[in-house]
Amino acid sequence: MTDTAHEARHIPDRLDSPARAALFSWPTLLLIVGVALFIINSMASPYFLSPWSLSDATFNFTEKAIIALAMALLIIAGEIDLSVASIIALASTAMGVALQFGVDVPGLVTIGILTGLICGIFNGFLVTGLGLPSIVVTIGTMSFFRGISYIVLGDQAFKGYPAGFDYFGQGYVWWVVSFEFALFLLFALLYYVLLHHTNFGRQVFTIGNNPVAARFSGVRVERIKFILFCLTGLMSGIAAVLLTSRLASTRPSIAVGWELEVVTMVVLGGVSILGGSGTIQGVVIAAFIMGLVTFGLGLLNVPGIVMSIFIGALLICVIALPILWARMRRRAAR
Amino acid sequence: MTLPQRKPESMPASSTPKITLSGITKTFPGVRALNKVALELYPGQVTALIGENGAGKSTLVKTMTGIYQPDEGEIRINGELVTLSSPHAAFKLGITAIHQETVLFDELSVAENIYLGHAPKTRFKTLDWGLMREKSRKLLTEIGAGHIAPETRLKDLSIANKHLVAVARALSIDADVVIMDEPTAALSYKEIQDLFELMELLKKSGKAILFISHKFDEIYRIADRYTVFRDGEMVGNGLIADTTQDTIVRMMVGRSVDQVFPKQETTLGETVLTVSGYCHPTEFADINFKLRKGEILGFYGLVGAGRSELMQALIGITKPSKGAVRIGDDIAVIRSPAAAIENGIVYVPEERGKQGVVVDMPIVQNISLPSLRRTSKNGFLRLAEEFALAREYATRLDLRAASLSQNAGTLSGGNQQKVVIAKWLATKPRVIILDEPTKGIDIGSKAAVHAFMSELASQGLAVIMVSSELPEVMGMSDRIIVMREGRIVTTIEKNDGFNAETLVRAAAGIGETAA
Repeated sequence: MTDTAHEARHIPDRLDSPARAALFSWPTLLLIVGVALFIINSMASPYFLSPWSLSDATFNFTEKAIIALAMALLIIAGEIDLSVASIIALASTAMGVALQFGVDVPGLVTIGILTGLICGIFNGFLVTGLGLPSIVVTIGTMSFFRGISYIVLGDQAFKGYPAGFDYFGQGYVWWVVSFEFALFLLFALLYYVLLHHTNFGRQVFTIGNNPVAARFSGVRVERIKFILFCLTGLMSGIAAVLLTSRLASTRPSIAVGWELEVVTMVVLGGVSILGGSGTIQGVVIAAFIMGLVTFGLGLLNVPGIVMSIFIGALLICVIALPILWARMRRRAAR
Repeated sequence: MTLPQRKPESMPASSTPKITLSGITKTFPGVRALNKVALELYPGQVTALIGENGAGKSTLVKTMTGIYQPDEGEIRINGELVTLSSPHAAFKLGITAIHQETVLFDELSVAENIYLGHAPKTRFKTLDWGLMREKSRKLLTEIGAGHIAPETRLKDLSIANKHLVAVARALSIDADVVIMDEPTAALSYKEIQDLFELMELLKKSGKAILFISHKFDEIYRIADRYTVFRDGEMVGNGLIADTTQDTIVRMMVGRSVDQVFPKQETTLGETVLTVSGYCHPTEFADINFKLRKGEILGFYGLVGAGRSELMQALIGITKPSKGAVRIGDDIAVIRSPAAAIENGIVYVPEERGKQGVVVDMPIVQNISLPSLRRTSKNGFLRLAEEFALAREYATRLDLRAASLSQNAGTLSGGNQQKVVIAKWLATKPRVIILDEPTKGIDIGSKAAVHAFMSELASQGLAVIMVSSELPEVMGMSDRIIVMREGRIVTTIEKNDGFNAETLVRAAAGIGETAA
């Protein structure tokens, strides 16, 4: 159909309108699933549809979702960070230690966030500076960071966080909108702009698709990957502040297993586990879906162990589904 | 170094070919890779297959090993018509190939590599490890490789020793036809001599050997017969002893080529790029050249002469050990492709799919990638600017695509190449380096790329073209630099007249002192 031999051949920008492309995208499908889950939940439990229980539902996922935003960029660039939950443990421990020295609330927050950032820098240096594979590096630092927490804490816990510190994990900005949730929405917007509307985001996609061609095209591949590890560490530090504030205590077993839930969220959101594609919209909707499901199951008194089976099954499904989805689309395109 | 020619006295007097290919035609979309070619291999003899890159040698090897099915033609083994429907079928019929990069398994032991697929079994249908090792040891000793223990992991061996294992494997499956596809490319002089002794051994045991090499000294050292391919056709064959190197070179090069690739006459401007004393620890040494505005400078040489490595050092992909690069009069320090782009040097790589295009991203994003700084504002993308930029260069290059949002991977090779060239032109470079710009693209796109290069030069761009295709390099260049083994061996001006034979001789190192 391109054989019309005119002198000045006009190539259209796109064949499908952006609206049509959005209609048949993964986030749209997710949104439908989300709405369906919402309806099922509201029918299954009479308590679900109150503003306060919906607000409570958001606490299930906001801390993980905040990390998932940065993790999405990292996975799109073809890397992964499995140490995020351990970064939370270490950052929370650092805050607990600082507490013993009587550091005030702004100081505690700064220490939590900085610890996360330093862990991210460490991961980033090992991967981009020494050229080690990120999956191995971050499995290593996963044990390493949490190990430090165990050494410091043993089977003890830090308690007695000062008044005012509880606001980050328990406070409300307006009516039922928690500080955590508002912060998540703000970050979601920032990451959406960063990934989809900046040169940096474009280069992240390019690196994930073809790091060699990206390098040959003048993209500073290692530098961008390093920044992404730092961002993931930073977000984990922020999540540590929120979680520690919400629980009002630090135990070395804090946030155990969260890395899998974060990765599940990202992959469910349509980010290719192989890198190169994905959207922030998808990840945000996926965060809501996971929140809805776990909260719904909770309301129905489903025991925690069943939930962990559910998360496992979901992870397998969400890795299989996008691949099948892409295969279907490719067949349709032919 | 020309080795003493060997008399064919040890040749067994066999006149019936072991394997005969006749009228083999193989067409790919847009390219006829093989056109009614014929080849005969005789037991106990080495036949050299000679031809330029793209002459159809690898296609023929793939046809003989069952990877490609010919469109027409027949293959006979011992006079019997056979079909090589799969690599396994070819293997069953006793055809084996030893490639430049051996297709063996690094993580397996030597014995396993030798007997993979036809290992001796015990009564219980389990592998008979003892027997396998014993037979391997015997085979290895037979070919003078007794120093290799059958238990060794393959990855612990040198390339030369890996070749020995490949040869042992060939013997173990009792292959009658052994194809050696540029086996010497990665070997040292001593290792090559050992390989030749081995080939003598294979000859004595009656194997029919096909030997592919670009190096004439090797061909004259080991081959009994030759077959020359050019542009997918068989243009000559016979006994090595009856022919001279000159005859073979003439066959390879063939027709006069100056009309095919027209370069517009341009007046050359000032010097844009000066490279002096440029060295690399392993790939090249002592490179000096200048490039002028409006000039197309051809780099000719054999595969592995260090041309691509030199170009990649110029754009900051690899690090040179010493030397200086000047852009105009200023010294340019280029440590990354980003710095090269800033200095106005861009590189269209040879490996288009790996280093050039991002296949799963739209054409528009491929084209705008190195120019993002210009199409964006304060780091924010401006899609309208990107599309405008992509449209401008896609139109200039006459890109054939359904839309600019189409993924680059859905385009034909020629159009992908246009996307890569468009991407680089959009950065408004001063020097563009094209590495094998028309490799693997159809004839139509090839002509378009050539016409475009010529246009670029006439607009004042300085062009470096690395090419292993003689007609291309001779037709397009204002000046040709020939490289061999990492060094510049000669530079020829267009005014002095390009001569295909001179180029091939210089690149292969034939008769350095004489001619």
